[in-house]
Amino acid sequence: MSKMSYSIPIGPIHPALKEPVMFEFEIEGERIVGVDFKVGHVHRGIEWIGTQKNPLQILPIAERICGICNISHPIAFCMATEEAAGIEVPERAQYIRTITAELERIHSHILWAGVAAHEIGFDSVLYLTWRVREKVLDLIEYLTGNRITKAMFTVGGVRRDITEEQYPKIREALNYYKEMFNKLKHVFLDDKTVKMRSRDCGILTKKEALELCAVGPTARASGVKKDVRVDYAYAAYGDLDMKTVTPDAVTGEVKGDVYDRIIVRLLEVAQSVDIIEQCIDNMPSGDLVTEPKPAKLLALLRKAVGEGVGRAEAPRGEVIHYVKLTGEEHPYTWKVRAPTYNNLMPWIPMLMGEQIADIPIVAASTDPCMSCTNRVTVVKKGRVDILDHEHLHKLSVEKTRRLMQ
Amino acid sequence: MSLVETMEIVLWAILGTIGVAVFGIFVGLLYKGVDRKLVAHMQARYGPPVRQPFWDVVKLFVKETVVPEHATPWLFNLAPIIALAASIATLLYLPIGGFQPILSGEGDLILVLYLLIIPSLAMVIGGFASGSPYATVGAQREMVLMMSYEFPLAITIITIAWQLKNTFADHPFSLATIFSQPVWGTVGIVGLLGFILLLLVLLLVTPGEISKIPFDAPEAETEIAGGLLVEYSGRNLGLFYLADAVKTVVTGSLIVAIFFPYNLSTIFGIDGIMAPVADVVFYFIKLLLVILFAVSLVRVAVARLKIDQIVYTYWIPLTLMSLIGLLLIMFDSTSLFHISLGW
Repeated sequence: MSKMSYSIPIGPIHPALKEPVMFEFEIEGERIVGVDFKVGHVHRGIEWIGTQKNPLQILPIAERICGICNISHPIAFCMATEEAAGIEVPERAQYIRTITAELERIHSHILWAGVAAHEIGFDSVLYLTWRVREKVLDLIEYLTGNRITKAMFTVGGVRRDITEEQYPKIREALNYYKEMFNKLKHVFLDDKTVKMRSRDCGILTKKEALELCAVGPTARASGVKKDVRVDYAYAAYGDLDMKTVTPDAVTGEVKGDVYDRIIVRLLEVAQSVDIIEQCIDNMPSGDLVTEPKPAKLLALLRKAVGEGVGRAEAPRGEVIHYVKLTGEEHPYTWKVRAPTYNNLMPWIPMLMGEQIADIPIVAASTDPCMSCTNRVTVVKKGRVDILDHEHLHKLSVEKTRRLMQ
Repeated sequence: MSLVETMEIVLWAILGTIGVAVFGIFVGLLYKGVDRKLVAHMQARYGPPVRQPFWDVVKLFVKETVVPEHATPWLFNLAPIIALAASIATLLYLPIGGFQPILSGEGDLILVLYLLIIPSLAMVIGGFASGSPYATVGAQREMVLMMSYEFPLAITIITIAWQLKNTFADHPFSLATIFSQPVWGTVGIVGLLGFILLLLVLLLVTPGEISKIPFDAPEAETEIAGGLLVEYSGRNLGLFYLADAVKTVVTGSLIVAIFFPYNLSTIFGIDGIMAPVADVVFYFIKLLLVILFAVSLVRVAVARLKIDQIVYTYWIPLTLMSLIGLLLIMFDSTSLFHISLGW
């Protein structure tokens, strides 16, 4: 610590942060020379709750891991459980899952765009984008009955159909977004002050993105072509025509700054509109769910033995759910890895050398979701322990030894 | 001068000051409400009722005033009072409507410029005295901001005074002179362009002086949580709120006084009791337009700048603009370029 520097805390509660996370900055003048962060302020013990319930009861809990990724978590959980129990999902259900997942992506990315505009003090754009977002929320409510938590999924399929009569409203909303796309693109990519605040700000190089395992738009904006929907196609994505989005499609180069992350998210909104159109054009007929009777499905799951992994591309990146069934009422294990977990470490190279004024927009640029991320905190006699790599390794070795006895 | 006469002058000054203070606070809060309503409509919102700022002040004054543990209490409590007092004091030197300033003949434009700095300085002192890292960062930013906008502001004011001195005036810096001699009439077409540039510069300096987007880095809510004001609450915050309201009126009135000193009564030849009423109404409209263009429209149209970008904006493009304005007005005074407008 040099003589000129001073430390400034941002968080756990701060207007720039939508969810609690604690940053500690070492500042020289306005420039950041040291960054550290602490997470774990919104730990809710969701995985533990899950192991006290049967898989169908976990579904609503999985939906509530994150308010915004309320499709990505259930879809990953369903995929993991289906793999563990060996359940096939009907093709029509796969298409409906894809449509709802893409609707979620549209609303999440537009929500993020508004938050980003607010972080740089451009409230007019916040109001504009959130007004644009209302259309997709209305569509989601029309299709699923709810604006936010959609309750669409069940193990082995979906709970609601999307019928031919609903197509006109879907198409109307999609056309609205096609029209709005150019307007949003103009506002975010051509506005001089937005460019001043986002260009060359919070740079994450391709090498750093690979080394730190960044996922989702954060990685793609750094030029890493990484998208679960393309690389390990799940649901109906394998049937569809889509490519991984990188910012060079617009600017011809990859810088990995906040501006590039804006480009990637904007293009992904257009991509989602395209995917939904493809889905409703090619919607196959058939069943919605493998086993329509919940009691029979539960009996089947109770007997199942096995483990499964579900990987899905949430708006923020890859979400992984792991489920182990041991022929009992409750799953033996349920493990969630949310995308923000991977996107935490990239904050450090992004924030180093930037100004205090860049903190909100850079921190928001990965679209962090802290309540998705916080999984383990050890609080014993009022003391909070941080589990580091050696400690966790030691614990896992001990556990293995216990099992082998 | 007899004792009675002195007493009378002092009494009038005191009454006038109270009157101007009440007027400044009322109009400032009213324009704050109008500004919020206009901005809300531009952003497709309903916005709060126009009287909302009055309720805000009332509420702030009844709330508890917290002095943080690490603060220097006397400085911390003194700063808001200085800020409000200096803002009101500035208003005493500015003409309102058709009325001459209360302290006309006592001070001039240079004094007004210095008085305008005091509320900002008080905020800096208050920020440093609050002992919070956010407030310290905010105070540092406020100082940098002041240094940034003073440069183009000084060039603009000196150009105007120089032009007035060239033409006829004995006291070019006196506000009474500026008020009675609209600058537009003193120049030809080249100088007119110069004055338009200077007006633009002054309009863009205004959001900096009262810390509004894009120049609100000292208070940047999402970055440093209110910056200078982060530790202020209750009565102290209320006083800063009032100071901000009055300062908006001051900066607006300054532009009105320099560039739009016209009065309806002289244009249409209105006499008697209706003359001051017409002038005051016209002054309100002028002030509203200035605040609309300098504050409301700017703050809905742009994002917040970083402090280094603010310095760049004020020192390079705006200073260049004011220098070009100065050159144009200089050329205008030479007979070669002077193209008369026939005013």
